[in-house]
Amino acid sequence: MKLTKLVAGTAVAALMASTAMAEDMTIVSWGGAYSKSQLKAYHEPYMAKNSGVNIINDESSAEAVAKLRAMTEAGNVTWDVVDVVASDAIRLCDEGLALEINPDKDLAKAPDGSSAADDFGDLLVSSCFIPQIVYSTTFGYRSDVAAWNGKEPQDVCAVFDVENFPGKRSLEKRPINNMEWALLCDGVEKDKIYDVLSTDEGVDRALAKLGSIKDHVVWWSAGAETPQRLADGEVVIGSTYNGRLFALIEEQKQPVKMLWDAQVFDLDGWIIPAGLSEERKKRALDYIHFATDTQRLADQAKYISYGPARKSSAPLVGKHADLGIEMAPHMPTDPNNSKNTFLYNYEWWADNRDDLDAKFQAWLSK
Amino acid sequence: MTDTATPDGPMLAADGTPLKASLARALRREKLRALMLIAPLLVFVAVTFIAPIGNMLVRSVDNSIVPETLPETVVAIQKWDPLSGELPDESVFAAMIADLKVASKAKTHTRVGSRLNYEQPGIASLFRKTGRRVKKFDDSNAKDQLLKADKKWGNIEVWQTIHRFSGEYTSGYFLAAADAEKTAEGVQFLDEDDQIYLYLFGRTLFLSITITVTCLLLGYPIAWILANLPLRTSNLLMILVLLPFWTSLLVRTSAWIVLLQQQGVINNTLVWLGVLDDQNRLEMMFNQTGTIIAMTHILLPFMILPLYSVMKSIPPHYVRAAKSLGATDWVAFWRVYFPQTVPGIGAGAILVFILAIGYYITPELVGGTSGIFISNRIAYHISSSLNWGLGAALGLILLVAVLILYAAYDKIVGIDNVKLG
Repeated sequence: MKLTKLVAGTAVAALMASTAMAEDMTIVSWGGAYSKSQLKAYHEPYMAKNSGVNIINDESSAEAVAKLRAMTEAGNVTWDVVDVVASDAIRLCDEGLALEINPDKDLAKAPDGSSAADDFGDLLVSSCFIPQIVYSTTFGYRSDVAAWNGKEPQDVCAVFDVENFPGKRSLEKRPINNMEWALLCDGVEKDKIYDVLSTDEGVDRALAKLGSIKDHVVWWSAGAETPQRLADGEVVIGSTYNGRLFALIEEQKQPVKMLWDAQVFDLDGWIIPAGLSEERKKRALDYIHFATDTQRLADQAKYISYGPARKSSAPLVGKHADLGIEMAPHMPTDPNNSKNTFLYNYEWWADNRDDLDAKFQAWLSK
Repeated sequence: MTDTATPDGPMLAADGTPLKASLARALRREKLRALMLIAPLLVFVAVTFIAPIGNMLVRSVDNSIVPETLPETVVAIQKWDPLSGELPDESVFAAMIADLKVASKAKTHTRVGSRLNYEQPGIASLFRKTGRRVKKFDDSNAKDQLLKADKKWGNIEVWQTIHRFSGEYTSGYFLAAADAEKTAEGVQFLDEDDQIYLYLFGRTLFLSITITVTCLLLGYPIAWILANLPLRTSNLLMILVLLPFWTSLLVRTSAWIVLLQQQGVINNTLVWLGVLDDQNRLEMMFNQTGTIIAMTHILLPFMILPLYSVMKSIPPHYVRAAKSLGATDWVAFWRVYFPQTVPGIGAGAILVFILAIGYYITPELVGGTSGIFISNRIAYHISSSLNWGLGAALGLILLVAVLILYAAYDKIVGIDNVKLG
């Protein structure tokens, strides 16, 4: 586990002085470009305001659920604030491992004075969870595939069309999203998808549709895999997080384009572990209050192409800090990109995730 | 020792106690002293290794969360016959409301919901939703109130599940690990299409044995060269063997992806040379082949090192003597040299096999769908689904399988014959 000490001052002397005085607060996140965006938008301004706090960055979000449970059982929780996706937050909340938050008391109001609950709206999907960003799982495709004879995918069903769009596909090694896309392209109406998927026949139908391209699919489990395979030409189209595709297209200038159709919105945000001491809880809540206000969330979009979770942040989204391009058109929530979207169905997947995952893995291994 | 023995009594020591007892006491003291010397290590291993693993394995049968969270319900529901086709009576519903009132205050209702959701999808949201509303319930008609809160309470399968998993202990996790489930009618295997774990156990064993054999075939000649070259050259080669040891596992795995994938170095070279047609690139990655190649490379040093240290200690004149007595090269190798290397083969094989059986990061990255191991599923249940009971049951089955194989290995090779040098 890599622990990076993050201190606002750069001089070693300043570092010595500030850490000697400061209280450490451990914030857990995903690492990489995402942690960097949080450092710039949240941690550095927070530490500049509160010289008594030293934020330690821990990059264990991928294992956060299991680690937090183990820590809680051992009675020694060393984390103060943890960044998780919404489905994990729901799981942690159900297991009693996360603190319940009162949006009106614990979160900042919008600049126009409306309450945090209104500002976040439907995105407060669990009573323990404070959303930061809306990200989406969507498809990117190579724009230079000779075998496509100049055609380009117009919608998500191109993934299932190996006739017109031959080549390998990259899909996530789990049922979530793949099942919905499969049913959508098998002719199920969008608002009926979960009704169909709740039956055994529906599951079989989705797997049969996926089965029609099974020989053309390479499966991924880490977010970096699809962009890598697209860059290598190993696959011609694949699903991944929109921010990864942004980096691939805008920063690395690869011949790849975004297919926003049928992108699935998901949320990522903070939880505070249950059972912290009063003092640590107070500090964690203070950090959350600061780091999820309207300006802070808008600032994060300068460093990474994920949409702020507050409505009031949207007008404040500016240009990318290094590239200098307008970030709004690259947000999954931008009107041009969100003509046909899904929102991750949290309640349904919380109920059916384990069951369907077992069926999906059994299907995969055969 | 003076002769203190009475003609017909036992032999006595100098202090008059029987010699046998005194000897035993002295030996016991010796043993205790020896034990005291290794006590720190023993305690350390017990506390940091055996206890946590034991604790984890107990979870594979532990079901105490249900009776602890729903104490009244599990008692009341015993009177109900799950095969009656009727919903339980009013008293069971009332008990459920009473339990949920207490549980939702303590915020434990969702935990029991997630536990039962492993057995029946849908119970998690049922408990979550009902827990939010139960505060407003009064003491009137329990059944109607629950059914109004969520119509799933009218689903007989929910009550059958609660009835089946109301005990302190459960066999549910082990059944799930063997592709079976407890239904109201008894234990049944899952449909052919939904079976996965037994199949994965088999594949894990098959792939681990394959990887052990390929490591042996590749490692044996290398170890022989290392052991028989002059020290200066063999040291240089030894560094090459150890180099992968000092490289991160992820880096080595990724390097294999770059080499073997369809647009990778090897395929591109073959296409460029005209050996392959662009349409017929070899599939060597994201399948079993990829897993076997990458894991063989990663585990090779564990085979080479014990072989090398055993071969180093074999005097070279044995083979020379055999040849001077008229043995052909092959006979000299097979009848004289090879038997002396068996302890090294034994050590290398067992090291590689035990390590291979628990690998999951490499298979996850290069195994595609046909190259994943049972450990990938264990890792999933420990870190994502939080179904630690099932993870523990799978882990225990794997542990027992390894112990059985170890016993068989002891019978065939003999553990005393395993040498690391």
